[in-house]
Amino acid sequence: MLKLRMLVALSGCLALGPLVAQEAPPPAPLDVPQVAVPAGQDQAPPPLEVDVTGGISAPMPIAIPIMPTPAVQSTPAGSTDDLGRQMAEIVTADLKNSGLFTPLQPGQLRAVVFPEVTAPAYDYWGGTGAQALVQGFVRSNGDGTLTVGCYLYDVFSKIELARQGFVVQPSDWRRAAHKCADTVYTRLTGEGPYFDSRIVYVSETGPKNKRIKRLAIMDQDGANHRFLTNGQSIVLTPRFAPNQQSIVYMSYVGDQPAIYVYDLASGRQRKVVQGVSLTFAPRFSPDGRSILFSMAQSGNTDLYRVSAQGGSPQRLTNSPGIDTGGSYSPDGSRIVFESDRGGSQQLYVMNADGSNQRRISFGGGRYGTPVWSPRGDLIAFTRIAGGFKIGVMNADGGGEKLLTDAWGDEGPSWAPNGRVLTFLRSAQGSGRSQVWSVDLTGVNERRIGTPLDGSDPSWGPVRP
Amino acid sequence: MANRKAALVMSVALIAVAGCAKKRPPVLPPAPGESTTAPGTGGETGGQVGTGALPGSAEDFRRSVRSDTVNFALDSYDIDPDARAILDTQAQWLTQYPNVRVTIEGHCDERGTREYNLALGDRRANSAKNYLVARGIDAGRITTISYGKERPQAVGSDEGAYAQNRRAVTVVIS
Repeated sequence: MLKLRMLVALSGCLALGPLVAQEAPPPAPLDVPQVAVPAGQDQAPPPLEVDVTGGISAPMPIAIPIMPTPAVQSTPAGSTDDLGRQMAEIVTADLKNSGLFTPLQPGQLRAVVFPEVTAPAYDYWGGTGAQALVQGFVRSNGDGTLTVGCYLYDVFSKIELARQGFVVQPSDWRRAAHKCADTVYTRLTGEGPYFDSRIVYVSETGPKNKRIKRLAIMDQDGANHRFLTNGQSIVLTPRFAPNQQSIVYMSYVGDQPAIYVYDLASGRQRKVVQGVSLTFAPRFSPDGRSILFSMAQSGNTDLYRVSAQGGSPQRLTNSPGIDTGGSYSPDGSRIVFESDRGGSQQLYVMNADGSNQRRISFGGGRYGTPVWSPRGDLIAFTRIAGGFKIGVMNADGGGEKLLTDAWGDEGPSWAPNGRVLTFLRSAQGSGRSQVWSVDLTGVNERRIGTPLDGSDPSWGPVRP
Repeated sequence: MANRKAALVMSVALIAVAGCAKKRPPVLPPAPGESTTAPGTGGETGGQVGTGALPGSAEDFRRSVRSDTVNFALDSYDIDPDARAILDTQAQWLTQYPNVRVTIEGHCDERGTREYNLALGDRRANSAKNYLVARGIDAGRITTISYGKERPQAVGSDEGAYAQNRRAVTVVIS
């Protein structure tokens, strides 16, 4: 069981927490009845917690009733009472999709009135079987923003565990719900947040021998989907910049396959490395200042790094063979990559300057597409041995574990908390691919819905 | 192959005559050294004569060479004897049309990961290129592009499709 990190955090929750909206005005205090944080936590009953290592063995029953509003008002995102219903549904879906919770259906729960948000009807909730309770409210502010309050309660102990308030523009209303779900998730699991994040991927359509591929971006739950490129050129392997203001990817524009940076604000794209050589497999460094990539010259592929602004690349590997698929450790000090220098595609780790290269995969078959976990502890990969499977291993190569067992799973990308992975799953024959996710237990596997087929998903950081 | 070669040389000669007012048209560059076929023999086979393919064109290339495509073994970029025989005819044609430029596309089957296959496709394209260069074709006339597994020739997920998809395709730039 994981330790709870609650005691100190709770007192900080009395004030509104950090707000999510970019350039949001300072938070107004929550004008709802405040409940005192219980004193003497050390005397409280055993704390509520979720066992994340056991995965779905004991998902926690949790209730997320519709969030009331102090006054029904229309907003560009809809009326505040309707938003309260949808927000409860979003929090419900996020927590359910994590595999660690079994939420009760919001529509079947007690209608919570506004003053009740901070004074839960514990006796009622105790009868529903829920161990935890999430209540909240939606309020439209005079300046056009929305305030969303989010409260987490332990039903058995009858104590408040966390509270957060978020002020958002109406267009960002879903983000407030995701932030609320992140508050609940982090408080109960001890894991980092990941619901308020986005995925960039390649949308696919058309016949297998003439696929049309477009960059697309969406929230991690598939909402707010939009296309970034028009499909005239093949695009592959997008990755977020750490600051999420740009995406590095590979494009065949002009029949000169090379890596490009796409600026999300302007929609402009620029080639990173000049010249006619094939450049591919781009990844930002954790500080965003460099791009790690592969360059093929005369049939030989090596790893290089280049300033994210462009300039002269620095060569990092120099072996005959294919060195590609590089990924930085979260502190930027090391790189994991794949190489066939030993005869078949295997994983290697080296220092960020290219020194001290050594092989870490020895499980049989081939290994590709390594990705270092944002927590630093694990490396995810594609293993090719009787099909493509997603697996993880410790950074030293030990502790290998396969998480999926399908025909064509490829290209894992970590959720920002390092506990969930997204990847592509392609179908035998048709080659059609979809975006999927799996958690570290390997049990909670599910498809992330996209309007068309999808491949090469890359999970972005938690939004500020 | 001999017939094709002959037909090719003949068709070239015919067009050259038709397109030139001189009494004695300039002799076109002979095919690379080993060509011993005399113009005018083996005439009707191959069908180039009178079919209208413009000499030096992409269409002429496809009709003249044994194949525009060479195939590879799994995870390999070796030029095997079959590929050599095909590339020899490509080299021959390219020798005859020294101003023509080509792109060689490298492709892979779907049993490699995406980025690895981009590198493998680059290897295959360069293998074919290097062979042509060794046969006397100026490297500056040949560009390469790797499509990895993005553009399969055969769409199935079986050995037959995979064998077709592991390939390097020579395309005349028009």
